[in-house]
Amino acid sequence: MLEIRNLHAKVDGREILQGLDLVINAGEMHAIMGPNGSGKSTLSYVLAGRDGYEVTAGSVLFEGHDLLALKPEERARAGIFLAFQYPVEVPGVPSATFLKTAVNAVRKARGEKEYDAFEFLKLMKAKRDALGMSEDMLKRPLNVGFSGGEKKRNEVLQMALLEPRFMVLDETDSGLDVDALRVVAAGINALRRADRAMLVITHYQRLLDHVRPDVVHILSKGRIVRSGGPELALELEAKGFAGVMPGAAA
Amino acid sequence: MAALARKPATTIPFGYGAEAVARPNEPAWLTSKRAAARAVLAAGLPSPRVESWKYTNLQAFATQAFAMLSDGPADAPLALLKQTTIDRPSHRVVFVDGRFAPALSNVGAVPSGVTIRSLDDAISSDEFVVARRFGALADASSNAIAALNAAHGSGGVVIALARGASLTEPVHLVFIATASDRAMAFHPRVLIEAGEGSALTLIESHVSEAGAYWSNPVAEIAVARDATVRHWTLQDQARDATHLALNAVSLAQGARYESVLLAIGAGLARHEFDVAIEGEHAEVSLDGGYLIGGTQHSDHTTRIVHKVGHASTREVYKGVLDGRARGVFQGTIVVEPGADKTDAHQLSRTLMLSVGAEADAKPELMIYADDVKCSHGASSGALDPAQLFYLRSRGIGEAAARALLVEGFIAETIERIADEKVRAYFTRAAGDGLRAHGGALS
Repeated sequence: MLEIRNLHAKVDGREILQGLDLVINAGEMHAIMGPNGSGKSTLSYVLAGRDGYEVTAGSVLFEGHDLLALKPEERARAGIFLAFQYPVEVPGVPSATFLKTAVNAVRKARGEKEYDAFEFLKLMKAKRDALGMSEDMLKRPLNVGFSGGEKKRNEVLQMALLEPRFMVLDETDSGLDVDALRVVAAGINALRRADRAMLVITHYQRLLDHVRPDVVHILSKGRIVRSGGPELALELEAKGFAGVMPGAAA
Repeated sequence: MAALARKPATTIPFGYGAEAVARPNEPAWLTSKRAAARAVLAAGLPSPRVESWKYTNLQAFATQAFAMLSDGPADAPLALLKQTTIDRPSHRVVFVDGRFAPALSNVGAVPSGVTIRSLDDAISSDEFVVARRFGALADASSNAIAALNAAHGSGGVVIALARGASLTEPVHLVFIATASDRAMAFHPRVLIEAGEGSALTLIESHVSEAGAYWSNPVAEIAVARDATVRHWTLQDQARDATHLALNAVSLAQGARYESVLLAIGAGLARHEFDVAIEGEHAEVSLDGGYLIGGTQHSDHTTRIVHKVGHASTREVYKGVLDGRARGVFQGTIVVEPGADKTDAHQLSRTLMLSVGAEADAKPELMIYADDVKCSHGASSGALDPAQLFYLRSRGIGEAAARALLVEGFIAETIERIADEKVRAYFTRAAGDGLRAHGGALS
């Protein structure tokens, strides 16, 4: 589904990704773990198409198409979704208005019928109930005054409503207490399907106790240096990043 | 011989209405107030050499010819009557081309102690009271907009609430200008007296068909002890129009005045507030939103004087500027000697959508008391790229994302309107205004 080949990317003139290779098939969940500064968030922004993240070499194919040639909104409509590490606050724009605009933009691009206000409210209610979000919260301006946990729930709500094919979860576990983590993880698990894939970016094993990746990668200095099964995350938790680097003493 | 450089004049010659004479059946006191105002104007209009008019030049305006109000029957296009309809009950007072239009107005039953009358009616039934209020707050000797209105005014509305009286439904003043082959001038005067402990919600709409004209409304609003006046104004006139407006307000002890102004229209517009806080524990809240493009000029000049202490001012102005539009915010807050425990905060923010637009902000705090909490802030910038990316990453196209952010910016002003239906009315106007700028926004 997603093929990243020899990806190099610069931010502020500094090369952060230095030849990253990664192939993710439909139905799979991959996790990327790595120390601060290894390029985890840069990878997520490059995939989502943020300005200022300059790809200097390599390619990213999404279902055989050149992802890097698309604008951010075109990527979203094609089925890419990035759950932000720090969801952006947008004063004055009610969450519900934003959600309806986004869902209908994506549905329109996919040739599906746009929801009217009534249909959308019904759909939104079902999805937000599952995430334990109140109606009042969605009347408030997007992410403004939301707690860390509320922001992350809102990311998962957007993901559930937009029905993407490929999801990048950038440190979705950060800032969550145990209960919120369970709710958010359940929301993520509910979206797993044979025709979808996910890339989970995280610092800790914690989230991986709740969502089970098929493959775990270690990212260091902009490259994937080691890959393995779920047990690699446990090994990392026990030994630290230095302990799982290739060449480290067993 | 070297020519001496001539100092630019502080006045701009303005011939309009110089020949005007007393109107038939006009009381003598009104004729003399007009004459006094006309004498002030004989010197001309203030030029940008005058500090308070530094950013707004009336030179081009002053060369236009305007026709005095006609006595013809007032009728209004259905589209504008519909456009100004709010989906809730209200006492609707309609003016067409500056004339009170009783047939189009609809004032419902009001509780005892409340009167809503045209200026002419109020003069015939309660002349002494009107004579006392007219010009009491809007000072024609020092304020050009007040002088222009006093010199040429010919109609208006008087709303009085006796002690403890409250109107459940808002009063909606609708000012409609129709297309005309001559540029007309309108000078309505609104007099409000909110008695002790009373409550009034006032909505003002200024709308028009396409065409050039000059609208010059002045409102004098006296808010007595513990009374509340909420004042929500929509200025959505044709791009050829000139709008010179003044709200002069006084507050007694414990009084509240809350204004929300949304200014979208007119080619040249100046919206002045002149607020005097006369009593402790009074509260003033001014919100202004303006959404302009093309070559529009929108000036927001406010002056709030804290004459006594323990009162508060909250002032937030937000402008969206596109094309080659120019937005002006001049906010003066005066804290007089002894007005301790004054709490006054002012903020001006502008969103610049094009490189050709210009924003001038001049906050001016003049504090002559020691124990006060006062602040001001002004900022100006483009749309936040992080917000834009966030919306686009959810599939919203760039133009739609920008429009959503701009609407959100202005929505924060509109949200200050406490009534849901009135808020919807303003939101619709802002949305239409935005779409009118659609080309430049995409």
